[in-house]
Amino acid sequence: MTHMDILEELKRHPYEYARKYKSERGRPIVGYFCSYTPEELIFAADTLPFRLFGTGEHIRLADTHLQAYCCSLVKGALEDAMTGRLDFLDGVVFPHTCDTIQRLSDIWRLNLPLGFHMDVVLPVKLNALSSRRYMIDVLMEFRRNLENAFRKKITDEALLDSLNTYNRIRLLLQKIHDLKYEYPGVIAGEDLHSIMMASMIMDRSELADVLERIAGDLESRKNTSPSPPGERIVLSGGSCNLLDIYGIVEEAGAAVVGDDFCTGSRYYEGLLTIDMNPVEAIAERYLTRNVCPAKHSGLSTRADNIISVVRERKAGGVVFVLLKFCDPHAFDYPSLKGALDQEGIPSTLIEIEDQSSADGRVKTRLEAFIEMLKRKDRKEGELSGAGK
Amino acid sequence: MKEKDPEKEKRKIKSAARMKEIMTHYYIEAKTADQSGKKVAWITSGGPVEPLIAMEVIPIYPENHGAMIGASKMGKDLCEKAERMGYSSDLCSYACSDIACSPINGGPIGGLPRPDMLICCTNICGTVLKWYEIQARYYGAPLFILDTPFCHTDFPEQAKRYVRRQLDEYMDFLEKVCGRKIDYDKMKEVGKLSIEGQKLWKAVLDTATHRPAPLSAFDAFFHLALIVTLRGTAQVVEYYTLLLKEMNERIDAGIGAVENEQYRLLWDNIPIWYRTKWLSEKFASHGACLVADTYTSAWCGSLEYLNENDFIETMAEGYSRIYLNIGIDKMAEIVISLIDKYDADGIVMHSNRSCKPYSFGQYDIQKIVREKRKIPSLIIDADMVDERFFSESQVETRIDAFMEVIKGTSARE
Ligand code: SF4
Ligand code: SF4
Repeated sequence: MTHMDILEELKRHPYEYARKYKSERGRPIVGYFCSYTPEELIFAADTLPFRLFGTGEHIRLADTHLQAYCCSLVKGALEDAMTGRLDFLDGVVFPHTCDTIQRLSDIWRLNLPLGFHMDVVLPVKLNALSSRRYMIDVLMEFRRNLENAFRKKITDEALLDSLNTYNRIRLLLQKIHDLKYEYPGVIAGEDLHSIMMASMIMDRSELADVLERIAGDLESRKNTSPSPPGERIVLSGGSCNLLDIYGIVEEAGAAVVGDDFCTGSRYYEGLLTIDMNPVEAIAERYLTRNVCPAKHSGLSTRADNIISVVRERKAGGVVFVLLKFCDPHAFDYPSLKGALDQEGIPSTLIEIEDQSSADGRVKTRLEAFIEMLKRKDRKEGELSGAGK
Repeated sequence: MKEKDPEKEKRKIKSAARMKEIMTHYYIEAKTADQSGKKVAWITSGGPVEPLIAMEVIPIYPENHGAMIGASKMGKDLCEKAERMGYSSDLCSYACSDIACSPINGGPIGGLPRPDMLICCTNICGTVLKWYEIQARYYGAPLFILDTPFCHTDFPEQAKRYVRRQLDEYMDFLEKVCGRKIDYDKMKEVGKLSIEGQKLWKAVLDTATHRPAPLSAFDAFFHLALIVTLRGTAQVVEYYTLLLKEMNERIDAGIGAVENEQYRLLWDNIPIWYRTKWLSEKFASHGACLVADTYTSAWCGSLEYLNENDFIETMAEGYSRIYLNIGIDKMAEIVISLIDKYDADGIVMHSNRSCKPYSFGQYDIQKIVREKRKIPSLIIDADMVDERFFSESQVETRIDAFMEVIKGTSARE
């Protein structure tokens, strides 16, 4: 099996991986949601942080707790938990982000005896002096709670090790993405998707090694890779369930060269500062990293960021991906689109209900958008030709 | 002119006229603020308004605006407008209809007065954060966020410290925008009036514990506007004193909100603004009175955490531990205490697709209530403002069926 095969297998059967991992290593597994879960602390407690995406298999039990207007990520995760598919978990961590996750935490706590239950109520605004202090307080409390749950001290040493591992993983993810952006043909979008998914599930030390090899492979074949599809696309919006939109976009004839997903660039960007108090280093990263729409750090941070990504990567346009019933992202969409319009950057929107709903309609829409970008390119080409 | 029905006239709450007067005056003052030189602040319904009152800033409540839009049946139109602006139809209809009003001065009062600042308190939802960001961008006005950490099971010390620190940041923000210092003596006075207003509001709602209840939840929906918008002023105290007096007179005279009250129900969630009259008549036709609700009681629900002699210090907790900012189990406890207090025979829950933090968890609350109090419950699927999500025939059938169950259980007792 190649390294990619390993990751792909993991993507296809994440729960099997978890079960096997647990029985073979005897290590506890901690479920979590969202990139605002301080994984570094969980990992430092010698456990496996395991992000929950929900499998989207037909919802039955979750419907007795959540109305029809709830996003499929939250419903899917609850369904998996209630049907016993997540019985390998030793506990679950709920970061406070959107209103839906907030209530999921309550429903979970009241209905599911799946080990420990921790809420990490981080600040909503990240750009005030008071929030910095509070963020650190919450992280320190989380550290204590983990220590109590596992009856084990999380030493500064272990934490530092964890920080180093995460930095290594994030640097490698950054490198792999950079290679992809510079040489889009070097790795398929679909494979990038497998990498991201595995990164939030797999044993992190092993992951770092696998990523190292993959990055090496890509590096060595970057110059001989097939020439990439013409149009360069940046993805934006919500992808809590890490839909394989990369593959879909590439199938429609473009290459993904950037994103602002919490399951994408926001997961790996921003390194942890090693020569400061490790808990403060985690806080610092959250405070300075590109922001999620459920948090606040100024009125134009997200728009500024997406525009600069488009410019930097020389992308032709943006595809917004919205998960149905996801409030924070849906609220941000019109202003982000407006900001792109002002810059003359074309964009399109696709709304996804669940993992399986990226159907023909989505593809048609993407193809039409890419066709439009191509026409625009040709026209601009002619214009600049005529000006010579 | 149509003959007035004396039976109906008798049940009309007379103070309502005064209330309308106050609200009209309030909106006129707000809309002419540019002439009076007063500053206008937009603030969330659960936000700390007291410092604004102390600073003589006019508070404006976009959520109250949303309710007015709903009640005047302009919701569908404005929500569709918001969709054309790019906002999904699955978003909060208060937010969407308000956002759609801004560029066209739309809605029942021709748009809200332009804000000089926006104050967003996150104790009710994450939606207000997005909504206020959007409006702050649109109007180019400064935004202050009061972040009240969610209390799943408790309100830890560090959260309290955090909110307390932000209150200082809030005062700094106000002083900067207003260009003058806050008068802390005035602030104390406002704090006292705020608590007095909340206590009176509570006393008004409490009168519905009597049989027959002199006012229903539908009346409370209407009279709520003052405790939301003008909390901290003498006007509120004055008005609720008047209303309380009228309620006590009704009790003495045996006047109930519903003719021949036989069943007492509890309402959960935000009203269905464009159908309050229809719903109230529908329930009344079954001899049922909605005697209390989780919505209007939220504006006096955190009195236990507030101290009128130490308002600023206790505000942090008072504004954090409110109904929508606590876990589902705590909400269920409150629902059960309302059932006991008002001796309710059943509960009507509005599953409000606009408001996720209010609606997600209702099924669990329903289950807890069923286990602990064994009373029937009804869920109505709708939206508070957008009429497109209301099916009259379906709701009617469900209410009729529910009332049959209520009649059955009450008869068996
Ligand atoms: S998809 Fe949206 S609504 Fe669902 S959990 Fe993620 S942020 Fe929340
Ligand atoms: S989401 Fe709910 S609490 Fe928030 S503004 Fe809308 S109706 Fe109000």
